[in-house]
Amino acid sequence: MALKFPIFLDAQSTTPVDPRVVDAMLPYFTEKFGHPASRNHPFGWEAEAAVDEARAQLARLIGARDAKELVFTSGGTESINLAIKGVAEMYREKGNHIVTTVIEQRAGLDVCKRLERQGFEVAYIPVQPDGLVDVETVRKAVTDKTILISVMFANNEIGTIQDIAAIGKLAKEKGIIFHTDATQALGKIPVDVEAMGIDLLSCTSHLIYGPKGVGALYVRRKAPRVRIAPLIDGGGHERGMRSGTLPVPLIVGFGRAAEICGEVMAEERRRLAGLRDHLQDVILSNVDEAFLNGHPERRLPHNLNISFAYVEGESVLMGLNKETALSSGSACTSSTLEPSYVIAALGASAELAHSSIRFSLHRFNTAEEIDYVGQRTLEVVKRLREMSPLYELAKEGVDIKSIQWKAE
Amino acid sequence: MAYSEKVVDHYNNPRNVGSFAKDTPGIGTGLVGAPECGDVMKLQIKVNLETGLIEDAKFKTFGCGSAIASSSLATEWLKGKTVDEAAKIKNTDIVNELKLPPVKIHCSVLAEDAIKAALTDYREKWASARAAADSK
Repeated sequence: MALKFPIFLDAQSTTPVDPRVVDAMLPYFTEKFGHPASRNHPFGWEAEAAVDEARAQLARLIGARDAKELVFTSGGTESINLAIKGVAEMYREKGNHIVTTVIEQRAGLDVCKRLERQGFEVAYIPVQPDGLVDVETVRKAVTDKTILISVMFANNEIGTIQDIAAIGKLAKEKGIIFHTDATQALGKIPVDVEAMGIDLLSCTSHLIYGPKGVGALYVRRKAPRVRIAPLIDGGGHERGMRSGTLPVPLIVGFGRAAEICGEVMAEERRRLAGLRDHLQDVILSNVDEAFLNGHPERRLPHNLNISFAYVEGESVLMGLNKETALSSGSACTSSTLEPSYVIAALGASAELAHSSIRFSLHRFNTAEEIDYVGQRTLEVVKRLREMSPLYELAKEGVDIKSIQWKAE
Repeated sequence: MAYSEKVVDHYNNPRNVGSFAKDTPGIGTGLVGAPECGDVMKLQIKVNLETGLIEDAKFKTFGCGSAIASSSLATEWLKGKTVDEAAKIKNTDIVNELKLPPVKIHCSVLAEDAIKAALTDYREKWASARAAADSK
């Protein structure tokens, strides 16, 4: 089959909506447009039933005991805000200390920074060179004032999967609420709030082949019963935790997307990991000084993050971007002009953070696409190295670190 | 971010990529930037010690597409100029020619720094040889 361009390999930024999800959503824009809080007529009943069904579909995907434990939000960012700020406000009397990691996504880090300005203390624990959080480091960071441990399930850049069950167990022992940002893990690998001792879980629809604009926060109701203060006040929807008219078509889509992920996960994981491993082999066996970022095994099946020494990430993307959509930890591709703090947290040099490329695969990628991207990546990196002064110096045997660079 | 046509052209068809042997008479080398900042440029000029004109220029750049384009453009502009004329190339000229957006202005600044460093290196090494040739 002829390849269709551009090829999308940026599926940890977003995913295309599965056509089956679109089909499920469509009736809820037109004939089934009711408000789920309208208790007195069939339009409302129909909408409420659809929302309940979606809630149940999502509850099954994360192993929640009760669908009522799920609160719909506008997406992952809102869920993370609601979880962390909601706990901070609700349990302020109990303590003012939060434990999190340096590799959380921006929402998690920025919420914690805001809370610090409001008098909270936050321990940002480092990660090991493979991106894993050492559970003992979490244990040591906990104080008698700690009210929340917040650790992401799997990282958005390097795909490293944390030992969530061990952290959940630790949180239980200490009687501390445990939140995990599962935006990247949901629907890709097994997530079980009961087995893993998760009290709060943030997730989003658009990374699991559902629509953008909807997410959810799991809030444990039993053992322990977790309470959170709302961010948005109003009609008391979602058990008072998130007021606002529910976007029924989006929620229906999210539910259907979750259902499909549950059905296909085992097979999809295997297939995507196979394609990913092939891409990794092609690149690492043909390029010298290319380094895998993150843990080689404890990693999302669709994630591959490689630093190509001596070439800058954005220039690699530029060589491919007409035909392939990828992302880079290079400063030039971020709005902050700082290179990836995740790659930097692994202890890699800043140069390698600038040189990192993330390949993230999705449900609709084919083996032909992956072969093509692999070959093109080799070509582009080779060409850029031929024009890299650093590669030239390295080939001459000069230690680049020995040069007195004048940083701007 | 969308790139200007000229940036794309220089990225796809960089002019004058390569290196001269540093100690060849008339060669001036500038190496600027820092790997941890994501930009390093090496720019070299080859001055004809008889005429004082820059006969050739070459570059190698580690950096984004705009950094590659800025240094590629600089080598084009350097050729045929005297050393004094070359010193007048400003980063703003590069910004205007390549239509660089504000976040990429540092790429043009680095290219100007690279030109200046190459000219300084040339003067330190070969200005006396050039003066001798001139007085003949």
